[in-house]
Amino acid sequence: MSNVQKSIVLDVRALSGAYFAPISLQLVAGEVLCLFGVSGSGKSQFLRALVDLEPHQGAVFLHGVEQQQMLANLWRRKVAYLPAESGWWAARVGNHFATPPSADELASLGLEASILAREVDGISSGERQRLGLLRLLVQRPQVILLDEPSANLDPESTLKMEQVVRAYVREAQAAAIWVSHDPLQRARIADRSMDMPLLNTEAMR
Amino acid sequence: MNLIQLSALDLGMAALLVLILGALIALSGLGLTRSLYVSSLRMTLQLLLIGVVLEALFRLNNPWLVVLMGLVMLAVAGWEVVARQKRRLRGGWGYGIGLVAMALPAFTLTLFTLVVLVGVQPWYTPQYAIPLLGMILGNTMTGIGLGFNRLTLGAAASRREIEAQLLLGYDMRQASRKLRQDSLHTAMVPTINMLTVAGVVSLPGMMTGQILAGTSPIEAVKYQILLMFLITSATGLGTMLAIELGTRRLFDERQRLRLDRLMEAK
Repeated sequence: MSNVQKSIVLDVRALSGAYFAPISLQLVAGEVLCLFGVSGSGKSQFLRALVDLEPHQGAVFLHGVEQQQMLANLWRRKVAYLPAESGWWAARVGNHFATPPSADELASLGLEASILAREVDGISSGERQRLGLLRLLVQRPQVILLDEPSANLDPESTLKMEQVVRAYVREAQAAAIWVSHDPLQRARIADRSMDMPLLNTEAMR
Repeated sequence: MNLIQLSALDLGMAALLVLILGALIALSGLGLTRSLYVSSLRMTLQLLLIGVVLEALFRLNNPWLVVLMGLVMLAVAGWEVVARQKRRLRGGWGYGIGLVAMALPAFTLTLFTLVVLVGVQPWYTPQYAIPLLGMILGNTMTGIGLGFNRLTLGAAASRREIEAQLLLGYDMRQASRKLRQDSLHTAMVPTINMLTVAGVVSLPGMMTGQILAGTSPIEAVKYQILLMFLITSATGLGTMLAIELGTRRLFDERQRLRLDRLMEAK
């Protein structure tokens, strides 16, 4: 296994929350992990705990630095999470970017450069998902957590998004967790797959 | 010039107007009659009671009783602030923050007015202290009630927008900026409207009362201007304090939005 020599980016040790069972895993540089789990198994809660948006137990290390040792907002720039529905707070698309993406970056996801000037209310959910991904990537995160990012995309855009994520992870020596229900997609993008462990609600009572 | 005294018959005829209004509403089936009657009755009893209490306070002229009265008013105002929240901070935080945010500006500004501006001797003279505190507290309560309600409702409603900013590495102050801004504006709108129309559309109550009691209009106006500035300052300061404390409670030390600290009002 060649991964042994690669550096560990994310180290999750017995992370648990109110709605998901303890999880331990490691992600190495350049790796994409596909996460699968039935609805309600706590996938989103697990990802929210990884970005420290949800109170939790256990520990998470990014390149050896524990989450709680880092300022929360700094951590979230390095460990970035794209929720299933991203939030838009300003009037225009371009206002949501710390640094505006290049025309090439937009084109890589099949988006026109003019979309940055458009009003958020006027863009589709598929466009939002792609813009939400770009918004994260311009901040150069070291881990990206994607919660069914291609759920609203057509097949062509889905493939483009997969390429963009794979290219970013390889180039930045980052790592990704991708939640997907599509076996074909998992076969295309995943270095490794994992099922959400079942939460034993009886044992918790 | 002395105030013309009102008889029970005068008041009864005025009350008849509200009874007729209630009957009309009931006939048209719009259903507000019950709460109209209940709150009218409540108002009458509360005002009669405060009349008796004030008579006693004025006669006794005791600073401790004046302070005690102020505290009772504060406690009731705090309760009113909480009662107006559709979503409340759990564990008494809503009540506590409301109390602190009202008490600090209302008591400080009332004392400042009594000692420095009006310079009444002694400072606790109830004829001045109680009405002043009442008017400042009443308006501050309204502002904080509105602003705090907007804050807690808005936090829940715009969770996705706030968390999107947190997720991009903004801190809680940046992520909550729009929410805090909206809350302050909501709270201050009645005050700013009051300032805008004062003397043009509405003749403020205190001034009107003084004029009815025989004070010269220009003296009454000076008191009203003083009071307007006090009300505006106290409402603004109190609301800013409430929003600040409320925001700190809505986020935790890891800059997470903690909506689990809110509960639906019963």
